Amino acid sequence: MILHLRRSFTMAVICLVVFGFVYAFAGTGVAQVFFKFQADGSITSHGSTLIGQNWTSPKFFHGRPDDFGPYAANPKKSISGGDNPLVNNGVSGESGATNLGPRSKVLLADTEALVTYWHSMGVNPTPDLVTTSGSGYDPDISPQDALVQIPMVTKATGISPSRLRALISRQTHGAQFGFLGASYIDVLQLNEALAKME
Amino acid sequence: MSFFFTLVALVVALGLTWRYLGSYMAAVFDGRVRFLKFIERPVYRLLGTSPQQEQTWKRYASAVVVFSAVSILFTYVILRVQGHLPLNPQHLGGVGSALSFNTAASFVTNTNWQNYGGETTMSYFSQIGALSVQQFVTPAVGIAVAMVVVRGFARKNSATVGNFWVDITRCLFYILLPIAFVFGAIFVSEGAVQTLAGTATIHDVLNEVTQTLARGPIAFMEAIKQLGTNGGGFLNANSATTFENPTGLTNFLSIYLLLAIPFALTYTFGKMVGSVRHGVALLSVMVLLFGVWVGFTSYGEHQNNPAVAAAGIHSSVGNTEGKEVRFGDTSSALFGVSSTMTSTGSADAAYDSFTPTGGLGLLTGMMLGEVTPGGDGSGLYTLLIFAIIAVFIGGLMIGRTPEYLGKKIQAREVKLAGLGALVMPIIVLLFTALAVSVAAGRAGPLNAGPHGFSEILYALTSQGNNNGSAFAGLTGNTPFYNVVGAIDMLLGRFAIMIPVLALGGALAAKNVVPESLGTFRTDNGMFVGLTIGVILIIGGLTFFPAISLGPIVEMLSHGRFF
Repeated sequence: MILHLRRSFTMAVICLVVFGFVYAFAGTGVAQVFFKFQADGSITSHGSTLIGQNWTSPKFFHGRPDDFGPYAANPKKSISGGDNPLVNNGVSGESGATNLGPRSKVLLADTEALVTYWHSMGVNPTPDLVTTSGSGYDPDISPQDALVQIPMVTKATGISPSRLRALISRQTHGAQFGFLGASYIDVLQLNEALAKME
Repeated sequence: MSFFFTLVALVVALGLTWRYLGSYMAAVFDGRVRFLKFIERPVYRLLGTSPQQEQTWKRYASAVVVFSAVSILFTYVILRVQGHLPLNPQHLGGVGSALSFNTAASFVTNTNWQNYGGETTMSYFSQIGALSVQQFVTPAVGIAVAMVVVRGFARKNSATVGNFWVDITRCLFYILLPIAFVFGAIFVSEGAVQTLAGTATIHDVLNEVTQTLARGPIAFMEAIKQLGTNGGGFLNANSATTFENPTGLTNFLSIYLLLAIPFALTYTFGKMVGSVRHGVALLSVMVLLFGVWVGFTSYGEHQNNPAVAAAGIHSSVGNTEGKEVRFGDTSSALFGVSSTMTSTGSADAAYDSFTPTGGLGLLTGMMLGEVTPGGDGSGLYTLLIFAIIAVFIGGLMIGRTPEYLGKKIQAREVKLAGLGALVMPIIVLLFTALAVSVAAGRAGPLNAGPHGFSEILYALTSQGNNNGSAFAGLTGNTPFYNVVGAIDMLLGRFAIMIPVLALGGALAAKNVVPESLGTFRTDNGMFVGLTIGVILIIGGLTFFPAISLGPIVEMLSHGRFF
């Protein structure tokens, strides 16, 4: 028993050092030397391309809904603590989904409110645009999600639908290697390109 | 169509891994791989042991228990005092006692149930030194225990079953560390974050948004989180977040890593007992059940979400609530099944928002006992329990003393296997009954109606099976769920491990009886079918009443919302 205890403490310390700190520090070293941009969070001049933002102006394409957008039917802070990169325009939270079940009255009401919101913006919404994501800050939308927003953006910016369609097609990333995951558009990159067109 | 190619790529990758990682692991545990001798030797010297010092199963089991208790202590203490430790750029305070106990029990049992949000609770020191360390250690312990049972079949008339310290050292250095490191680097290159620099604040002038982003040493933890069938991520939303799982490729690699070792161990088993055919039989059991569950759950997630459809939005891209655009519906379902059937519990989508059919797939995936393919090590040893029960039933049918790999399966072995198989259903159902009987338990669910019951049942099933995934609407960070959950996880791990080790010891001590014409074959389709039957009867019949009250009610309540 004493022998087991001595060996257990020794092994626990070895593991703490090797599989805790040596592993994490060596990994951070490799990451920072070879992939610094990615390792730091893919941060560009307008934010991280991997973290969704709230786009409220009709001059821009919008991402998927979350807690804070004007279209949040039900400020989720009261439901599940909010989903958030950590702090968003002064409101703190953490990553997370609504966790509303498939037969939830709250989910039904939220979705109905989002449909109404999109209709008021002149958009006929797709499923992605009325449902929240797993992380709560999905940075992407599908090409279809962008196409249905063209009437809204055209009305606000005056850019013709055909130019917007061309922009969307330029910004579409296909599924990786043609088959892994789904094709998507990074909303931040899409809007950066859109801002340059105006 | 792309989902079909994803499945093909996965089958090819796992097939090669099964063959080559499987035989490599057999060589590692036989002591034939020695290129890291310069690390192994000093470790053994510090521990005061050597590969020649073999242990009886009782010594082995007590080493497992004492080491796990010390690991719980280390984890608990680090979480409690993290406010005074370095590597804490967000200045997070110490974690409360009930939550620390639950989390320590969770990570030391390979469960990784998380009653906390990582980015708002755990310092970098805790993530690296407490949680990530256990993500290496616990799969090594699981695989070591599986090796004891394998040696039980491979040896004869042996009083000893191996050396625990040597087994985990070899597993850690030769198997887990190199694979995790390589995949950690791939995850970073794809966009997963790996930094010690703390949070980042950005301001977007286009839309006047200011965000503070949670960062940390995430990518390399991600690799061992999946490879070790752990599942506990750095961030609250786990693999759904871009900083953990940025692309379709990392999502695919995550699924691959989850399944790699649990499947490959069947080859290791076959190789070590001298009959790869027996390994193939066990692999067939795993693959057949896994395949059915992937089909069922992917079908479920490709349907409309009932609430979204009722709001007038009909989807051709499946249930999008709680899913990320870059993964899509079927890949998220494949991830979910891989995660729940390997006792991993990581999530690239909100399982709570899966359709009733999809959610049923995930829940029952765990209820089968985590054997298809199950966790690292625990999948193989639990499946061997079911195989022994199948052999026993087969023996009764033909009226002979049952044998498996030349070992007579007698009263002691059947009792130990029965104990190992029954612990999980007993604790899951009793704790679920307890939770719905007391106010503290009923206060947990977010959703109303049958889905609320599903959330409770899912939580205790997940913890009792050391899975760790959640219908995450449940508020688990309460004294009731922290304590009950911790007991559920500890029993689910050690009340199965100890009978399994005793079984390994009993088998190792037996002589091998020569095969005869009357021997019940254990390497053919009949045996595969019988074992699947045993798994389905123990999992299916035991839990059928419970799932009838949750997901099945939900499936049948057309047009009703709660």
